[in-house]
Parts: sequence; structure tokens; C-alpha cells
Amino acid sequence: MNRLALFIPLALFAALSVVLLLGLDKDPQELPSALVGEPFPEFFLPRLEGDQEIVSREDFRGQVLLVNVWATWCFACRIEHQKLNSLAEQGVVIVGLNYKDQRAEAKLWLYERGNPYQFNIFDAEGSLGIDLGVYGAPETYLVDGDGIIRHRRVGVVDDRIWDAEFKALYQELTGVSQ
Amino acid sequence: MRGLGFAVLSLLLANMAVASTAVVEFSDESLRIRYQQLVQELRCPKCQNQNLADSNSPISEDLRAQVHTLLEEGMSDREIKNYLKSRYSEFILYRPEVNQNTWLLWAAPVVFLLFGLWVLYRLYFNRSSSDMPVEQNDQLSSVDQQRLDQLLRNKDKQ
Repeated sequence: MNRLALFIPLALFAALSVVLLLGLDKDPQELPSALVGEPFPEFFLPRLEGDQEIVSREDFRGQVLLVNVWATWCFACRIEHQKLNSLAEQGVVIVGLNYKDQRAEAKLWLYERGNPYQFNIFDAEGSLGIDLGVYGAPETYLVDGDGIIRHRRVGVVDDRIWDAEFKALYQELTGVSQ
Repeated sequence: MRGLGFAVLSLLLANMAVASTAVVEFSDESLRIRYQQLVQELRCPKCQNQNLADSNSPISEDLRAQVHTLLEEGMSDREIKNYLKSRYSEFILYRPEVNQNTWLLWAAPVVFLLFGLWVLYRLYFNRSSSDMPVEQNDQLSSVDQQRLDQLLRNKDKQ
């Protein structure tokens, strides 16, 4: 019995090693999402196109859609834009959240690279960003017909991420295979 | 020369200190103390290991401003923490709450302390009952003493 007890420190060390080894695979940049399963936060903000028209979450209520947080200062958004364009072509509804950006530059961006968005929310102060818990761009939210956030991706959505994280859920929510 | 360098350096540092504490105006000075405590205890969500007070990232600036606004609106410290937790998850709290995921973390110091005390107890008070070598012990146990007596008696008989 006492001989076996001598191995306890070794066993503890082995257990700790396994835990730490599993930890290596985790992305430390990735925060747990507080808003998945929660309603999309309420907001009243102007459209990117101009201050006259105010949009709110009622403007996309009833549809399954992606809300994509982007900005012209965000380098990774350049990489992501192609994927968004092709998703829009396939009929995915995408609403843009232009986050802490300059209006003129953002409009130029859409003109030059194509516009995959149904419309763009212009959040110059980042207030909706805080309500969503945005800590970097790009971020993408999958919102269902009841306005509930079903999935969140911090970082670029590319083919791999779309297939792995969004596609199945999107098809399940829309009932359409694409 | 070294004195001059030191003077210049301290002037530069003084400037930096002024720049990073920025101008935060409060309607009530007691809010300033709470603000300082909160930004010390809240974690920048973008950076890996900085609090809001130390971080210069844009999101930290925004969140400091938000904490300031919420304080002025009369929210309690707890309400402000919950407000940020509901948006940025528990990651943002440098002092994690006690719950299903964290109880082990909170209990660990007590568990380790008790374990250490137990080891000490074993080492210092339980020596004779454990399998320690006999030569460290001047006193023979009663069983051994009886055996010794018997052996000596047998020897006498021979």
C-alpha cells in the first residue's frame, strides 16, 4: 500500500500533463460567447448610406440571417469579403455592422469590392458593438427567425469555417439546402 | 551628465503618466475611486492578460468609457460587472465568480493547505506508528520488550 502511495505524485503529474496538453489545442483568443442563445440586442442606428434612415432589429426580424461585423481598418475583413460575396450570391441574407469606421471609406470599400449586404448598420461609436460583446473584427453572428443568436464566429469566415460551423445550422434553420 | 539624463527621463516619464491616465471627469469624486477599482479588476477582452486600466487597445478605451458612463448613471459595481459579463462572458472578470466551473479553483488553496498540514502531521507526530527504522527509536515497543525479556530468560536457562 505504502509503495503504491509513492506513485501518487507521479500520477498527479501525469494528470496535470494531460490537462495542459489538451489546453495547447485551444485558441486563447477565443472567448466563450455570452450571447449565443440570447436575443440579438436592441439597437437604433443609422444606415451606412446616410443618417436619415434609422434601422433596428425589427428590420430583420423573421428571417434567418448573418450579421457580419466589419470595418475598412480591419485587415482580415479583406480576406473574408470574397466569401461573403459568394454566400450572398447563394442567397444567404447578410446584414453588415460597419464598426467604428469612416462612412466615406466604408462606402468606397463596398463599391470596389462588391456589396454582399442587404443593408449596413453604421455603428460609429461601437455602441452596438459593446452590446454584442464585439472585441475585434470581423465577427459573424447567425441569427434565427425569432431574433435569437444561434452561433458566433470571432475571426474570418472562410470555406472551412462555413462548412464546419455554419452550414449545417443554417440549413436546419432555413430548411433549405444549398 | 547622468543627472541631466535622469532629469530628462523623469520628465518624459511624467508626460507618459499624464497621457495614460487621460482625463476622466466625474460628477462625484467617490466615483473616481470605484472607477479605478473597476478598471483594475476588469480584463481587456482583446488582449490576453491586461486589465482595462493598463490596456491601450481601442476596445479597452471604449469599455473604460462605458464603465464611466454606467457609473455616472448610478449603477452599482455588481451591476456594472454583470452588464459586462452578459456581453463579454466571464472572461472579463479577473476575479472569477464561484460557480460550477470555478469552485475547484477557489477551493484549491484550502485543499492544498489541508493536504500540507496532513503531510506535516504524518511526518512529525506519526513517526513511531509508521514503518520508520527502529534505531531512530530509543524506546522499544512493549511487544519487542516482552520478546527481548523472553529471549534473555531463555538464554539464562541454557
